[in-house]
Amino acid sequence: MAYKERLDGRKFDEARKIEAKAGVIPNADGSAYFKIGNTWAYAAVYGPRNLHPKFLQNPSKGILRCNYNMMPFSSTGERVRPGSSRRSKEISLVTEKALLPVLDLNDYPNSVVDVFIELPQTEAGSRCAGICAASIALADAGLAMKDLVASVSVGRVDDKLVVDLDYQEEAYEDCPVVDIPIAMMPNYDEITLLQMDGVISKDDFKKALEMGKKVLKDIYEVQKKALKDKYKTEIKK
Amino acid sequence: MNNELRDHVIKLFEANTRLDGRKLTDYRTVKVDVDVTNTAEGSARVRIGKTDVMVGVKVEVMEPYPDTPDAGSIMVGAELLPLSSPDFELGPPGQEAIELARIVDRGIRESKCIDFKKLCIKEREKVWMIIIDICTINDAGNLFDASALAAIAALKNMKFPEYKDDVIDYKKKTSKDLELKDTPLSVTVIKIGDKFIVDPSSEEEKVIDARLTVASLSDGTLCAMQKGGDYPLTADDIMKMVDIGLEKGKELRKLVK
Amino acid sequence: MSKINVKDKDIVVPGEILAVGMDSFPGIGTYREGENIIAARLGLVQLDGRTIKLIPLSGRYIPKKYDTIICRVIDVNMSGWRLDTNSPYSAMLSMKEATSQFIARGADLTKFYDINDCVSCKIINVTSQKLVDVTMKGEGLHKLKGGRIISVVSNKVPRIVGKQGSMVSMIKDATKCNITVGQNGLVWISGSPEGELLAVNSIRKIEEESHLSGLTDRVKEFLEKNKVKA
Repeated sequence: MAYKERLDGRKFDEARKIEAKAGVIPNADGSAYFKIGNTWAYAAVYGPRNLHPKFLQNPSKGILRCNYNMMPFSSTGERVRPGSSRRSKEISLVTEKALLPVLDLNDYPNSVVDVFIELPQTEAGSRCAGICAASIALADAGLAMKDLVASVSVGRVDDKLVVDLDYQEEAYEDCPVVDIPIAMMPNYDEITLLQMDGVISKDDFKKALEMGKKVLKDIYEVQKKALKDKYKTEIKK
Repeated sequence: MNNELRDHVIKLFEANTRLDGRKLTDYRTVKVDVDVTNTAEGSARVRIGKTDVMVGVKVEVMEPYPDTPDAGSIMVGAELLPLSSPDFELGPPGQEAIELARIVDRGIRESKCIDFKKLCIKEREKVWMIIIDICTINDAGNLFDASALAAIAALKNMKFPEYKDDVIDYKKKTSKDLELKDTPLSVTVIKIGDKFIVDPSSEEEKVIDARLTVASLSDGTLCAMQKGGDYPLTADDIMKMVDIGLEKGKELRKLVK
Repeated sequence: MSKINVKDKDIVVPGEILAVGMDSFPGIGTYREGENIIAARLGLVQLDGRTIKLIPLSGRYIPKKYDTIICRVIDVNMSGWRLDTNSPYSAMLSMKEATSQFIARGADLTKFYDINDCVSCKIINVTSQKLVDVTMKGEGLHKLKGGRIISVVSNKVPRIVGKQGSMVSMIKDATKCNITVGQNGLVWISGSPEGELLAVNSIRKIEEESHLSGLTDRVKEFLEKNKVKA
């Protein structure tokens, strides 16, 4: 059965509604939230700061440490048991690899930049939302960055290539689904995260990537605006 | 203990003011939002000044505890997320988080505002478990009161999901709620030197002598208490703190309708 | 001829192309990639002739030689004191640099500076590994008694101090407070309760509005409006 229309009525190359804001956690050195559809991620950056235990320290530059976590009430189904899981540990790792290429931590030997991602509400695409939020937060924290990092999932539902799979599509039982989260440096077209679940031809994969790149540039505009809007200060009397 | 800071804070109390210019028994601006996340059965977010706490309520069906075969229960968990403060570390809840969870639990459970018998589905076999999870977003002091307020607001906001043929359909919310019999409120009163304050900022929290969390019902009956801090309180102190706790509880209750 | 895409006081984000062409120069906070000059951080554009600079709006303090900073004593050991510099790197204050007085061997060092004491000191050395040495010997360097300390974004310190100290002097006069501004973003304020509160609020205002023009006048107006009675 061909997938004629998307379950929520979107165009095949259309992402869900996106919203972002920077500077939302006063204690953090940098912070942001990023919402795509019903998936909502907060990110806070603390650093560069002291790193313990000492054996983790790198004498030539600072290290980046990311932690992804879903709040217990953030799943559309059952409660998520608090604490890390294999899944969250893996996502933390790929998030770190997705963000590291844009950062220059040479000025901060022996220190750490901690990135904490927490999601109060998830409905597919949570690791991508986390990366988008983290990227804004890192810039908000004043760190030296080559570029921001934008992230979204692309893929295929039955015979249609799509961008930003939502929960219903990811779980679609009627036909095969391919889910490909990607992250990219929007001004360099360089990919920093790529994962794939499913069976897809090389040609379709290439086309899906191109579809994704366009949406990632849109996401970059939203991230940019979130940072700039923080400084549209209303002058208080 | 940071003596310079403590001396300075006490000096300000003598002048009837605080580091941020408030009066001793003033709360910072309190903001309560409900239904903030659509994946929880009930949720709330409370901001007191820059302190920001989110609470979500999820429900599960389980076997009842052997000593209460015809009643369900609640469970309160709290996480001091490292996202919310440079002082919080990654890892399982430490003493501080556990105390926070238990204080909030005590305030709700002992108030008897939830009839646990109403949570029974089938005696000795199936009961509802109401799980309240507290997640801190920004700690600028007074997580106790923000968490307790958010917890009760989330419980009031909660609707049961559909339960048919032994399966919970979380995506379908019914109109059935918890039918809370009252709105317990927690107020934490702090003693520094010989003065009492409410709603401590992070700076003030560093120099407290003792604290008393007072939970009360709408008619002014006390339903739970917890003393904390390194120094003792006299019975006179406690009565004064209880009075302040009751008065402030009345004010805060107006925000949770 | 270069094409410059931004003007003074624009806010730009990492990766934004600020100018295209070989006759513009990448100043601090920017870098060149081929023909493009690109933003290397979130910052405020400052055009200086043909050089494009970015003024940082945020970021943690990194210790620099000759900076005067405010520190808190976190440890006392055999040879001196360890200080928290409000950065990822602590500083060492040796006995030799602590005071011009003679300190006998085995003396109780806490008599000079104890844990949690706050001091204004000067950085005399920073190694490549960011080991920091400070001194208390110098004009205006002393233990900070009384008052309170607030933390601001260290990049805003120049605006809080002002040209030749004009901004901080204005605040001192209006609030009748003693104020010491550390390059590391810690500010010590000491005066009456109302004076201190007004000083804190003025400094927060500068922090929030530092990227907008007309700051000095607005701060002046704010101080006037909330003036402290002598």
